[in-house]
Amino acid sequence: MQTISTNGPVIEFRDVLYMLPNGQMLLQSLNLQVQRGETLVLLGRSGSGKTTTLKLINRLLNPSGGEVRVNGAPTAESDVIRLRRSIGYVIQDVGLFPHFTVERNIGLVPRIEGWSSDRIHSRVEELLQMVGLDREIASRYPHQLSGGQRQRVGVARALAADPSILLMDEPFGALDALTRDQLQREFLSLQQRLNKTVVFVTHDLREALRLGSRIALMEAGRLVTVLPPQDFLRSTDSLAAAYVQAFGEGLNSVATRGSE
Amino acid sequence: MNVFHFFLQHHEEILELTMEHLWLVGISTLLAVLIGIPLGIVSAHWPVWNKPVLGTANIIQTIPSLALFGFLLPVPWIGARADRLAILALTLYALLPVIRNTYTGIRGVDPSVVEAGRGMGLTGRQLLFQVELPLAVSVILSGIRVAVVVSVGLATIAAAIGAGGLGEFIFRGLAMVNNQLILAGAVPAAVLALSADFGLGWLERRLQPR
Ligand SMILES: Nc1ncnc2c1ncn2[C@@H]1O[C@H](COP(=O)(O)OP(=O)(O)OP(=O)(O)O)[C@@H](O)[C@H]1O
Ligand SMILES: [Mg+2]
Repeated sequence: MQTISTNGPVIEFRDVLYMLPNGQMLLQSLNLQVQRGETLVLLGRSGSGKTTTLKLINRLLNPSGGEVRVNGAPTAESDVIRLRRSIGYVIQDVGLFPHFTVERNIGLVPRIEGWSSDRIHSRVEELLQMVGLDREIASRYPHQLSGGQRQRVGVARALAADPSILLMDEPFGALDALTRDQLQREFLSLQQRLNKTVVFVTHDLREALRLGSRIALMEAGRLVTVLPPQDFLRSTDSLAAAYVQAFGEGLNSVATRGSE
Repeated sequence: MNVFHFFLQHHEEILELTMEHLWLVGISTLLAVLIGIPLGIVSAHWPVWNKPVLGTANIIQTIPSLALFGFLLPVPWIGARADRLAILALTLYALLPVIRNTYTGIRGVDPSVVEAGRGMGLTGRQLLFQVELPLAVSVILSGIRVAVVVSVGLATIAAAIGAGGLGEFIFRGLAMVNNQLILAGAVPAAVLALSADFGLGWLERRLQPR
């Protein structure tokens, strides 16, 4: 594992803005720091710019202004292939390679990094176990998996080359509440052991409160506020309060449904 | 004398012209694949090339085959020999389906799969050879299949400029008003086209990504 620098933030956005070629502004004056070993949750409604923010970290997008730093170095100056291989990425649509088995999906980066096949094989088994999948699944193709299994494979694939940074874009989206709950629990215990620096995207407040060491709330391409979960619940910021209130109303309306 | 008898009697010549025919079609398809797949990749990756490349291939397709032979006749080296001329013309016709299907195949790859590959740090080349082409392969093959089937038919016209092939029988038969001669060219050509269609179709299904 590389230890480039120090105690500074692992990921840092400095006055970042992102504009489409047609001039439409997707992100404005974004300033954000992610510390080593923390799980920063990007919370916000659909279209608020969460995925865009994530893609600026591994340079799937390049900032139109300002700079993004990873381990202290501006990403614009780093080798983009090396940068991406040092960052695990779980994309929103999972994006498993349909023509590869689970084993090859997970082992792809190790393979192009030149690992021996024995080492890849044992790494794949280790990862499958880590994300709670049976090892006999290794020889299956993605279309032979359930949605939840696919998402676990997506997480295992991102962890394959042991990156110190993990970007996760709604990795547990589109799952039933119970499976989601289980995956969240597994994420927490995994994170306790692995201690990665994680940026985690969700639009689910419950998930954000449960997993995040801090929650960054986004709205219409702006960062509204960044708070630890406890403070988020007490925040006087109107948008944060609206989130908390909507969440509470959801629970209340269920409780009072029978009595009306 | 029935047709069967005729075929038996002339089987050596039929075989020879069939081989000639196969050679014309084989070489021109190979060239079209070697040129067309890279052009298809280029137009799929750089949209500016899409219109000029596909447009040109389209226009070539609309030139009547005899006229194309005529146009190519004055070209040095090519025009010097009938088989070169025929191969070049067949290659040009075969380009469109190969380019178009390569383009369509690569464009049809699920964008989230490509994005995942880029995000994991695959280089452009790794992405092309390990993800895009394997996922596009059955679409590309179906383009090649169309090219082969069309070439088998077109190659019969190559006999008009003396390039040989099964067209020899057909033109001779037309000149002599001899149906058996025409059939001696047409039947093997149809068999060739059908077996190419079947064989490549089978391969296409085998390589279909799940
Ligand atoms: N390439 C693009 N062209 C045009 N608009 C885009 C493009 N990429 C993103 N957008 C727009 O930018 C905004 C932010 O998109 P982004 O994907 O970051 O949202 P998000 O917060 O991840 O939303 P979701 O929760 O639905 O995934 C959206 O309004 C989206 O439509
Ligand atoms: Mg998103």
